[in-house]
Amino acid sequence: MGFRRFAIILTLLWLGVFVLAPHVLVVLTSVMTADPQHLVVWPLTLEPYARLWEPLYAEVFWRSLWLSALTTLICLLLGYPFAWIVAKLAPLRRGVVLFLLIVPFWTNSLIRTYALKLILGNKGLVNMLLVGMGIVDEPVELLYTGFAVVFGLTYMLLPFMVLPLVASFDKLEASLLEAASDLGAGFWQSFRHVILPLTMPGVIAGCLIVFLPAMGMFYVADLLGGAKNLLLGNVIRNQFLIVRDWPFGAAFSVTLIGLMALLLWLYFIANRRINRQGGLDDDGI
Amino acid sequence: MSESPILVLENVSKHFASQEILNGFDLSVQDGEFFTILGPSGCGKTTILRLVAGFEPLNGGRIWLHGEDITSLPAERRPVNTVFQSYALFPHMTVFDNVAFGLRMARVDAQDIAVRVAEALGMVQLSEYATRKPHQLSGGQKQRVAIARAVVNRPKVLLLDESLSALDHKLRQQMQLELKQLQRKLDITFIYVTHDQEEALSMSDRILVLDKGRAQQVGTPREIYESPRNLFVAQFIGEINVFEGEIVAELGEFQYQARIHETLRPIRSDHRFAPGDRVYVMLRPEDLRIDCQNDDGKRKGFPGVVLERNYTGKTLNSLIRLENGQTVLAHEFFDEDDPDFDYRINQKVGVDWVQGWEHVIPAEDV
Repeated sequence: MGFRRFAIILTLLWLGVFVLAPHVLVVLTSVMTADPQHLVVWPLTLEPYARLWEPLYAEVFWRSLWLSALTTLICLLLGYPFAWIVAKLAPLRRGVVLFLLIVPFWTNSLIRTYALKLILGNKGLVNMLLVGMGIVDEPVELLYTGFAVVFGLTYMLLPFMVLPLVASFDKLEASLLEAASDLGAGFWQSFRHVILPLTMPGVIAGCLIVFLPAMGMFYVADLLGGAKNLLLGNVIRNQFLIVRDWPFGAAFSVTLIGLMALLLWLYFIANRRINRQGGLDDDGI
Repeated sequence: MSESPILVLENVSKHFASQEILNGFDLSVQDGEFFTILGPSGCGKTTILRLVAGFEPLNGGRIWLHGEDITSLPAERRPVNTVFQSYALFPHMTVFDNVAFGLRMARVDAQDIAVRVAEALGMVQLSEYATRKPHQLSGGQKQRVAIARAVVNRPKVLLLDESLSALDHKLRQQMQLELKQLQRKLDITFIYVTHDQEEALSMSDRILVLDKGRAQQVGTPREIYESPRNLFVAQFIGEINVFEGEIVAELGEFQYQARIHETLRPIRSDHRFAPGDRVYVMLRPEDLRIDCQNDDGKRKGFPGVVLERNYTGKTLNSLIRLENGQTVLAHEFFDEDDPDFDYRINQKVGVDWVQGWEHVIPAEDV
């Protein structure tokens, strides 16, 4: 009893000091007024939020959303079949594959981004191969494009898509697929009516944990994207560290947090509908 | 029931990795019969079902359904349906959608689907559960949905894989009865796989007893129970007492004099024996007679002592050790004249049987 209470209080304290307080500070900062000398001053104002709608920032916002969404889609298209295959492997091989998937995390992601720069640059590995094999005459512009950003984000985030999907495929009983084909469903019908609906929790979870970090990985856009391909994370970083407009940066942060909260809520709802507590009732198959 | 085979397995072989499951296996199932494949776990019975359903490729041989070679037809195009051991209901669909699945895949139009699903659910008494999800159903109800989902497609053959094994005893007996009635009503060929001999005896028209991928005997429940062809079948189907004996002389057509435990007895057998042949004389526990008259030494049959007695309600089951060390089991029904009849442990008795009730087969080399 004593230890239990101690553990709960310690956890609450930890969460309060290191999670709740910073968030409260961010929200508070977002409604204050910027000041060159003191960073932020009173009075409270909603002006930073109003500025979010300025065309310049709205464009960055949509661009960021687009890059993240594209990354998520590519991760899903690559990760889904990959996870499916992994889930079917014999335990030993599967362990090896999952291990290899996680190995890159042992290297700092900033360093890995620099490595990508070496691969994608004008004198990088890809272009040297292309030119060397005579496929193109001049190096292809790969670095500092939207492509490079999406490539980098996909590379960084693919494992986050694969892991929840593997978990979903693990839960998918082989007998259900046999039942589907027994009842006359071909591969695509099985896929549409049985496999996809039952792995949907994994799809949604994977998309969330790819999409949300993708919007914040400013160093990937910094190193690979050039000036045009900014992520929300870049804007926030710039507002805090370069422009020193803390309230505006905070307003961006709060918006991002709000967006994440919304998506998590949708995930929760969708998951509840798919799993057990009633679900997909109206549309049937 | 017509007398034409609906399903024929011809010289079928199947192995997994290096393990051989079936080798040159033949099987013929008649149209409209309730056919049971009975065997211990690992005997290959589920594999046979999976080969017929199309879930596993064959390593050799052919499968014919209704005269058509379906060996290389994928599962979704075979006119057979399976009731899975684990039910395998789609958890994200309602009972209605589960049952409608096969019809939708066959592009039956929506109105017909509604009618046929309602009919199938009515048949398994689940009409009110159409909008439920599988997780809201009990085990027995899931079982019924699985059956409805299969029969609604009017398959030529319905495959049932240990379909009742997950149910408790009482529900199971009820479902056995319902399955049998359903099969008669639908006039569909059922192939039922089980390791439960009681289940097999009570439901089947014919039983195949399978061991280590080999057919041990095919026959009606009565043939299998009363005239097992070998020791495996005899011992797998219910309990049986085996007396080893030796033919001493032929007394007449299928009548022999045999020496059993140093006693000479006349026996009857469908087999041909010559003097000197070793035989197994087999008797079901209910065919043994116990003589416990107390006038010493004058008991009929083989002398022995009662080791254990069990009261089961319907019968008194006694374990008796004969003088040569063999133990035998006898089941005796209670007699209205003597409701209190019972034995004492260690009581001296004689074990005998009605002449002609024995089943005699050649002894097997072990």
